[in-house]
Amino acid sequence: MFKSLAPPEYLATIDREKCIRCKRCIQNCGWGVYSWGGDKIVINTSKCVKCLRCYHYCPEEAIEIVDNPTKFKNNAYWGFHNIRNIKRQAETGGIPLTGMGSDLPYTILFDNLLIDACQVTNPSIDPLREPMELRTYLGKKPSSVELEKGKDGKPRLKDRMPPQIKIEVPIIFSPMSFGSISLNAQKVLAHAARECGILMNTGEGGLHEDLLPYKDNIIVQVASGRFGVNPEYLNAGVAVEIKIGQGAKPGIGGHLPGEKIPLEVARTRMIPVGTDALSPAPQHDIYSIEDLRQLIYAIKEATNYKPVSVKIAAVHNVAAIASGIVRAGADIVYLDGFRGGTGAAPSIIRDHLGIPIEYAIAAVDDRLRQEGIRNEASIIAAGGIRSSADAAKALALGADSVAIATAALITMGCTTCGKCYTGNCSWGITTQRPELTARLDPEIYADRLVNLIHAWTHELKEILGALGINAVESLRGNRERLRGVGLDTQTLDILGVKPAGR
Amino acid sequence: MDHNYQKDISGCGLTGLISTKKRMIGGADIVKSLCLMNDRGNGLGAGYAAYGIYPKFKDFYAFHIMFDEPSVRRTVEEYLKNNYKVEKVEEIPTFPVKAISISPLLVRYFVQPLKERLVGEIAEDDFVVNSVMKINSEVEGAYIFSSGKNMGAFKGVGNPSDIAEFFRIEDYSGYIWTAHTRFPTNTPGWWGGAHPFTLLDWSIVHNGEISSYGINKRYLEMYGYKLTLLTDTEVVTYLLDLLIRKHGLSIPAAAMALASPFWKKIDEMEKDDREVLTALRQTYGSALLNGPFSILFGHGKGLVGINDRIKLRPLVAAVKDDITYMASEESAIRAICPAPEKVWAPRAGQPVIVELED
Amino acid sequence: MFEIDAAGIYYRDLNARIREALAKGEKEVTVRNVNGQYYIGDGLSGNATIVLEGVPGNDLAAFMDGPTIRIKSNAQDNIGNTMNAGKVIIEGNAGDVLGYGMRGGKLHILGDVGYRIGIHMKGNKKQSPTIIVGGTAGDFFGEYLAGGLLILLGLKPDGPIVGDYLGTGMHGGTIFVRGEVDKKNCGAEVGILDPDEDDMKVLKNALTEYCADLGLDIKEVMSKKFKKLVPVSSRPYGNLYAY
Repeated sequence: MFKSLAPPEYLATIDREKCIRCKRCIQNCGWGVYSWGGDKIVINTSKCVKCLRCYHYCPEEAIEIVDNPTKFKNNAYWGFHNIRNIKRQAETGGIPLTGMGSDLPYTILFDNLLIDACQVTNPSIDPLREPMELRTYLGKKPSSVELEKGKDGKPRLKDRMPPQIKIEVPIIFSPMSFGSISLNAQKVLAHAARECGILMNTGEGGLHEDLLPYKDNIIVQVASGRFGVNPEYLNAGVAVEIKIGQGAKPGIGGHLPGEKIPLEVARTRMIPVGTDALSPAPQHDIYSIEDLRQLIYAIKEATNYKPVSVKIAAVHNVAAIASGIVRAGADIVYLDGFRGGTGAAPSIIRDHLGIPIEYAIAAVDDRLRQEGIRNEASIIAAGGIRSSADAAKALALGADSVAIATAALITMGCTTCGKCYTGNCSWGITTQRPELTARLDPEIYADRLVNLIHAWTHELKEILGALGINAVESLRGNRERLRGVGLDTQTLDILGVKPAGR
Repeated sequence: MDHNYQKDISGCGLTGLISTKKRMIGGADIVKSLCLMNDRGNGLGAGYAAYGIYPKFKDFYAFHIMFDEPSVRRTVEEYLKNNYKVEKVEEIPTFPVKAISISPLLVRYFVQPLKERLVGEIAEDDFVVNSVMKINSEVEGAYIFSSGKNMGAFKGVGNPSDIAEFFRIEDYSGYIWTAHTRFPTNTPGWWGGAHPFTLLDWSIVHNGEISSYGINKRYLEMYGYKLTLLTDTEVVTYLLDLLIRKHGLSIPAAAMALASPFWKKIDEMEKDDREVLTALRQTYGSALLNGPFSILFGHGKGLVGINDRIKLRPLVAAVKDDITYMASEESAIRAICPAPEKVWAPRAGQPVIVELED
Repeated sequence: MFEIDAAGIYYRDLNARIREALAKGEKEVTVRNVNGQYYIGDGLSGNATIVLEGVPGNDLAAFMDGPTIRIKSNAQDNIGNTMNAGKVIIEGNAGDVLGYGMRGGKLHILGDVGYRIGIHMKGNKKQSPTIIVGGTAGDFFGEYLAGGLLILLGLKPDGPIVGDYLGTGMHGGTIFVRGEVDKKNCGAEVGILDPDEDDMKVLKNALTEYCADLGLDIKEVMSKKFKKLVPVSSRPYGNLYAY
């Protein structure tokens, strides 16, 4: 076979003196990098994705994965990925696929925003000893509360509140379907969501019966492929989400490759085993905003008015679109930014379509306020939340909650290698190969994910304390407590943030 | 939306009193009480509000307007003439004080919205609020700092005794008084920045800093309020106007929304109370006042004192006969009421609500 | 006995006069018509007694190192801030943040107190501070307590004796509460015990002096059951950080 002209990205190396030939690397690598040559480990480094599973499980620390020093000539304009993609396209005529969020060096606004702290004129609050509240309710709020006198003379609510979803921390898990990730990975999310009083989201692959015990912490998703959607499914969770788009691949559908469709996935999705699962680009019952309204209310009727979330990719006109979604009756608008992750997307789409979440939050929050309808829906912001600081900044810009996926997967072993679409994930996350998924013990890894949420919770409380506020309501949309560093006037204006020093 | 405002921050002392029997109390008392807390301010702002001071014009909105220069007066008066019946115009009486060398032109107007201007379903109060918002945000150099009926605010840059002397506070008599001495940490030297802040007959004096200011401001802007005064106290005034006057909440309910109990306490309540408090907090989360504060707010029917959820600023209340006093320090009350019947420190977030007898 | 009339006197002048009197060797100074003057007794050392008639202002007895101040009325906020030695007796109520970071000496208060009383008091074998409150207290009583003794009596409560977050962040010292304590109102670090014999001796010792100062009957004060609050872990935040 013609050898690829694209050199391998990584070199897997074994220190032959340290190697005890235990073959753990062969067992652990899902990519087939290592094989047994009779007397030693043989390495096919072109298959290596640097997921570090072998390194982690080598008892002798004999393995080293290095970036291939034999690269194309350095070129500030023709980047490695440009040249490599052209070579791959020349060889295959295909669209290069990728996983995870875009890794290109676009400006990261989160890194150009800094958070305020109290000094003297208002006291900081001790978050460890004094109350610090992160509880958040997602859903439509009335603009005012009407009270009437009850029989005992005490005030009572005149009207029932619209349904609200309680989350103890404004951090939830983004949708990731069974199929794109393993059932064990979904169980980790579900278990941690229940433990932390937050939410996981089925994604569009239906709801496996093993997740039913976690239904009070689950949002079920309805997307263009309509996998596993039936009345029971719609009513299983605390809310239903209509997925219009995804930050990593706005405007396009998805193909879950046949390699990731074994019997269980096929059964849950009600499709044949081993074929690609097709998610059309649009929802073919939504060609316009009034169609969205129709679907929102069809779902509400079918669920006795559970909250409905609408997930869109952050695109140029996101403010107007979000306003339309709110007016169409959505209780939650889920914004997925440019940096959002994916199990599989054409890299050309992932790296060049959409806008970063920071702009989207600011634009949508502003627009809903200008139109006087900010109370009508909660905003969930996702797409590249890397830390509690990103989360705090997203909240200050105007989000009610953030959603995380990549960060959650990292707790399960993910190293953001970006090869999710192959179905070979050696950590058992984005694969359906039983020998690989068995590695992801839901109980053990749920503890790690719970730890992450707890750690971010503590960090958020520290940030609130430094800000001198003891309820997350006072951070939400409080852009006065953010300052921009090195941002131009127009960007600051869009973000509604002052420059540092002002 | 203008994001480039600069927020003004300050510390302070406050005091207030109310006669539930509507006995008229001369201004000397409140001045004496406030002056005792001189060290809580730094001489860069003081002010007084009094209710019942304009009985002859009690059906007219009393606009107190400061003009940075006389030329804008014409613009404002043109606007007033076109929209209001102007019953009386006069310069607010002032008395030269050595320490106050510069002051804006201070004029008061007793006005009534013209019937023909109240088009559609707009309420008279809303019309007045819109006028105040319009002039304060659009007419550079003019500022309506008082707009209620039978009440008025008097404030400026100076220490409590100088401002009192300047406005001849002792010459006024009212049944509700609030007062404030200020410790601004930057020195804009702008008379409008002093407390009380008023809108219609709401008047607010405030000690502390509202750390949630940014979201409170944006929340109010959604309801058409224009925040022009560069200070966090303004949001309190407008939040009360929104919650009580526009949304029809009772004063206790509004107080619960602005200084909500912690979820821990709400979760422990019995069902009906829990539902009410949960709904208030869910709905008015962006109105929650966070950070240290004690606030006195006066209105046409009473006086309310409240402080923050974890009691970061002081507030003391006392009662003697028909008068309730509230102040940052007990000594400020004792200065004018040496032997109260009862003195207490209200608990965090628990409002002291005093209403006039009918 | 030396007397000062404080009516209308600015705190600076008043405190200067008190200092002057003590410098001259006066052992007892009575100040009449006090109202709102700040900083009385701040940083004073020696063993004189100052009697105050009227409500003194904030920050009384801050950094004080020896004298006794008796207040025959209510008092305001921030009394005994970082006080090192001496005693403040208050025959009425007092405000918030009393005895912050106190290192020694005593605060004996007859009435109610506000929020954050005795927070971050310290103590060691050489010296140990004591605050005794006859009435009720607000939230964060004994927050960050690192040493010393806090006693809350709740003699005539018209509501709960103590607020929420009792002893939150406590990592040393002892709190005694006369009456029941609900675990849900305590910081996570707090253990609630029944006092043993030694504890009762400590209590009786402290309360005998307190009752003598304020004319109370020790028998009656000791007649109700006490709860003892101590920190259960010296490092409650051990798991909070990642290294």
